[in-house]
Amino acid sequence: MKVKFVFIYILVISAIVFQACSRKDDVVPTGGGEMSTLSIQFDNIVGAKKLQLNTGAYVNASGETFNISLLQYYISNIKLQDASGKTFVVPQDSSYFLVKEGDGASQFAKVRVPTGDYYTLSFVLGVDSLRNTMDISKRTGVLDPATGMDNGMYWSWNSGYIFFKLEGTSDAVPADPSGQHKFRYHIGGFGGYSAPTINNIKTVTIDLRNGGIPRVRAGRQANVHLMVDVLKVFDGNTRVSLAKNSTVMFSDFSTLVANNYVNMFFHDHTEN
Amino acid sequence: MYRKHLIILLCVNVILFACSRKNDTPSLFAGFKAPANFPTTAYDIVKNPVTKEGFELGRKLFYEPRMSRNNTISCGDCHLQTSAFTHHGHDVSHGIDDRLGSRNAPPIMNLAWHPAFMLDGGIFDLDLQPIAPIINPVEMDETMDNVLRKLRGIPAYPELFRKAFGTPEITTARLTKALSQFMVMVVSSNSKYDRVMRGEGMQFTTAESAGYKIFQQQCNSCHKEPLFSDFTYRNNGIGAGPNNDLGRYDITLNAADKYKFKVPSLRNLGFTAPYMHDGRFYTLGGVLDHYTNEIQDMPTLDPLLKGGLRLSATDKEYLLAFLQTLNDTTFITDRRFSEQP
Repeated sequence: MKVKFVFIYILVISAIVFQACSRKDDVVPTGGGEMSTLSIQFDNIVGAKKLQLNTGAYVNASGETFNISLLQYYISNIKLQDASGKTFVVPQDSSYFLVKEGDGASQFAKVRVPTGDYYTLSFVLGVDSLRNTMDISKRTGVLDPATGMDNGMYWSWNSGYIFFKLEGTSDAVPADPSGQHKFRYHIGGFGGYSAPTINNIKTVTIDLRNGGIPRVRAGRQANVHLMVDVLKVFDGNTRVSLAKNSTVMFSDFSTLVANNYVNMFFHDHTEN
Repeated sequence: MYRKHLIILLCVNVILFACSRKNDTPSLFAGFKAPANFPTTAYDIVKNPVTKEGFELGRKLFYEPRMSRNNTISCGDCHLQTSAFTHHGHDVSHGIDDRLGSRNAPPIMNLAWHPAFMLDGGIFDLDLQPIAPIINPVEMDETMDNVLRKLRGIPAYPELFRKAFGTPEITTARLTKALSQFMVMVVSSNSKYDRVMRGEGMQFTTAESAGYKIFQQQCNSCHKEPLFSDFTYRNNGIGAGPNNDLGRYDITLNAADKYKFKVPSLRNLGFTAPYMHDGRFYTLGGVLDHYTNEIQDMPTLDPLLKGGLRLSATDKEYLLAFLQTLNDTTFITDRRFSEQP
C-alpha cells in the first residue's frame, strides 16, 4: 500500500518535471501569413560550361587552362523582399548553408518563408561576424567544425570560418615540392575579433524580376535558379592569374579575389 | 499511517528538489575559485560552470592520445605538468610522427584570465582552442569528426559525457567545453610571491625584496602583476628567427604587428625553459642579458625596450632571486591536474 502510494506520487511528480523540461520556446515567424518552402539553387558553372569536377578543362581571363577539384562556399543570412518592399528575414538558425560542388542536395538552400511574391533576394556569401564569434554550442550543422564541413571550412589557428574554397590544378602554376601544379584559394576573414583586419563578408543582392519572380504558395515549392560563374573569381576589378597567385588564403590579396567573386551570381530563371 | 505517508512524501520532495538543482555535486568538489589576489576572469565561467564530472572528463580528454590520428599524442604530451604544462627542454615541440612545430609550447596555466590564446592571439575563446592542435598536421593531425567517432566507440566515454552534460551525446561543443573546465581549473597561485602578497606569513628575503623593486620598475609594465602578463602583443627585440615568424601579424595583417608575440606570464619560469616564442634562450641569465645588451632595433620594437634595460650584475642577481619566488611547486605536483590511473 505504502509502496504503491509513493510510486504513484513519484510518477505524477516526474511527469510534471519532464513535461516542464520538454517544453521549448516555439519560434513564431515574423512575416505573418502562411509559410511555405522556397528553394534557392546554386548552379555552379565556369563561363559557358557546366562545372565538372576534375575532368572539365576551363580557361580564365589570363588565358590559363585549369581544372577544379573542389568548390564549396557558405551562403547565409537569406532575406527576401516582396512587391510592397516588405523584407522577410529567414530566422538565423535556419539560414546557414554550405554549397558543395559534388553534393547535389547541398546546392539547394531551402528556407521557410511566408507565402507571397518576392522581387529581391539577398544573402551573405560567407558567415556573418556574429556567428564567427559565437559560443561553440551555437556552431551546429554546417557550422560545426567536426561534422558540418568535410574538407574543413574553419581556420582553427585564427578562429573563423573559411567562406569560399576553390582548389584545382593548372599547368600555369609552378610545381610544388611534390611535383603537383595545384592552386588553392581559401577565402575568409570576418573583420577581426579584438583587432580589426580584413573583412571578406559579402552581401549579394539579386533583382528577381527579370528572371521571373518566385511565387511562394502553400503546398508548392518555388525554385530560384541561380547560376554561379566561377570564372568571375579570376576576373573583375582585378585580373587574377593562377601563375602569380596559386595560393590565396588569409592575406590582403584575398580581398581582391572576394571583390571579384561577389559578382559570380546571376539569376537565370525561376521554377514556380 | 497517514503520518508515515506524509514523512515519505516529504522525503521524496526533498530528493526531487535536490535533483532539480543545477550544478550541485554530491562531493566536496569546490568548482572554480579565483584566488584572492587575482582579478576577474576573462573566461565566462557562468557560460560553462565547472562541475566535478565535467572537470574529470576534461582531464581524461587532456590525457587522451586518441585525440591524434594514430592515437599517440595527447595534449599532455607537449604540456607536461612537471614543467608547468610546457614541453620542458624543447625549443619547439615534436608532435605526431616526431614532426616539429614552429613555436615553443606555452603553459596551460591560469588560462581563465587570458583574453586570447596562442602566442599570436589568433584564438579568442578557450572553447575553440583545442581544435587547433587536434587538426594541426604537425601536432595531432586528426579531424574533429574522427575524434568524436573514436570517443563514441569507447563505452566509457558516452557514460562520462552523460555524467558531465546530462545525456551521452558526444559533440564538438561538449568536447571542448569539458576540456575548458579542466583547463580553467589549472590555476597556479601558490608561489612564494602569492603567499607574501596574501600575507600568509611569508616574507621575501633581502635579495628577493630588492629584486621585486627592480621588477616593478623595469618589467612590470608588460609582465603585469599578479598574472605577470598584460596579455598584449609586443616585439621584445629578439629579432626574426630562422623561420621569420611574423607572430601577431599573421592574425591582423597589420604591418605594425610584425614580430609581435603575446607577453608570456613569468609564473613558474623556473620550470619552463627554454624561453621566448621559439625557445631560443636556455637560461634566465641569457634572457636578462638579451634585455640589457642584445636588443635589436626594428620598426616594431616595443618603445619601452629602445636601448635596452639598464641592469647591473647585482640587479640581475636580485631580479633572478625575485623571479624564483614565482615558482609554484604545489602547482606542478597537484594530483588533481595529473593523469589519473
